Amino acid sequence: MALRLWARSAANALKLSGTGGARAAAAPAFSISRFVSTVHDGLKYTQSHEWVKTGDGVATVGITDHAQDHLGEVVFVELPEPGTTVSAGASFGNVESVKATSDVNSPISGEVVEVNSKLSETPGLINTSPYEDGWMIKVKPSSPGEADALLDAAKYTKHCEEEDAH
Amino acid sequence: MRLVTMSSMPILQQLHLEEQLLRCTPNNWCVINDGTDPATIVMGVSGRVSELVEIQPVLRDQVPVVRRFSGGGTVIVDQGTVFVTFICNKNAVAGLQPYPRDIMSWSGQLYGKVFDRFGEFHLRENDYAFSHRKFGGNAQSITKNRWVHHTSFLWDYDVKNMDYLKIPKRAPEYRLARNHTDFLCRMKEYIPSRSVFTDGVIAALGEHFSVQPMGLQAILSSDDEFVPSTKLLSQQDLQDIVSSKESLRI
Repeated sequence: MALRLWARSAANALKLSGTGGARAAAAPAFSISRFVSTVHDGLKYTQSHEWVKTGDGVATVGITDHAQDHLGEVVFVELPEPGTTVSAGASFGNVESVKATSDVNSPISGEVVEVNSKLSETPGLINTSPYEDGWMIKVKPSSPGEADALLDAAKYTKHCEEEDAH
Repeated sequence: MRLVTMSSMPILQQLHLEEQLLRCTPNNWCVINDGTDPATIVMGVSGRVSELVEIQPVLRDQVPVVRRFSGGGTVIVDQGTVFVTFICNKNAVAGLQPYPRDIMSWSGQLYGKVFDRFGEFHLRENDYAFSHRKFGGNAQSITKNRWVHHTSFLWDYDVKNMDYLKIPKRAPEYRLARNHTDFLCRMKEYIPSRSVFTDGVIAALGEHFSVQPMGLQAILSSDDEFVPSTKLLSQQDLQDIVSSKESLRI
């Protein structure tokens, strides 16, 4: 079952104007719009907003709904080759959105066994289906149980609320 | 924030330096490079050369083409370009989350303080513009705990150089299909001197940070282990693209 949380998202820089006329109050300058992001039970989460689904000796990894919303429209995804070794907490690839590349970090250590080839033609799957069609890599874990130390859905939800409250 | 100023550093070297400062140091940095030589085409990480660059004239005139580590579009830079880069820890600015639009919002406000007195400054769909004419293009790269926001400002530009660039398919709406000449403007027509501009940036930064100038030599590293991802495309790379119509990104 999906949990839904009410989180504050960042200002839309597209609408920001710096003319010499009257300005809006300086604070809070970066948080205006509000967004509802989805968090799934049964997944584990990192503080850097990746998710991992473990089972049958292979773990699936992607970025969360919270992350895709904050990143904006994803236009390009760079993924490792199968056979690459990934380490927990380290970058394995990146996504491009709004003229920015953003690192994506692996929740667990292991070997990449499959990458989502659909993302090369349809990177927007990360936005429209971050937990299903927008999965990024599948990993054969080198340390079974490593994911147990990650955040569950409730703790991840709290983490997002705390981040957006700043 | 550590401030490094230089002039005419080749853009490939500057980007290698920035990537190293981003990935291998814990400090906040502002890098200012006043002009660059040689004139170079710089593409974002996902750019397709055949869609963005007029390859035959580039090959004929041996214009260097660089693929940088950050996102965003394609520019041609030269001695008329002034580069300003911010490299920050994710907690460097209170309340600023390390996401593209958040960082852009912060940088737009900072540059507003620099440019408002010279013209009708806007952050327009992620470009820096006077009215509807762009004078600064930027891009970002965000890691787990740090980010870089770098901008190429058009103090001046050679209109002939724009012939090496195609009009991109993915363009901001406010461009309205204008060609380069109608879309861009030159900062020198608005601001009295380059130093007035760069001094203004440093002053605006001083409102957020304690700015500490550092000599370039002190930071040119002998870290041979770091391998930057910014890459100079070879003549062979470009010829392969012409012949293959770029089925693979180089």
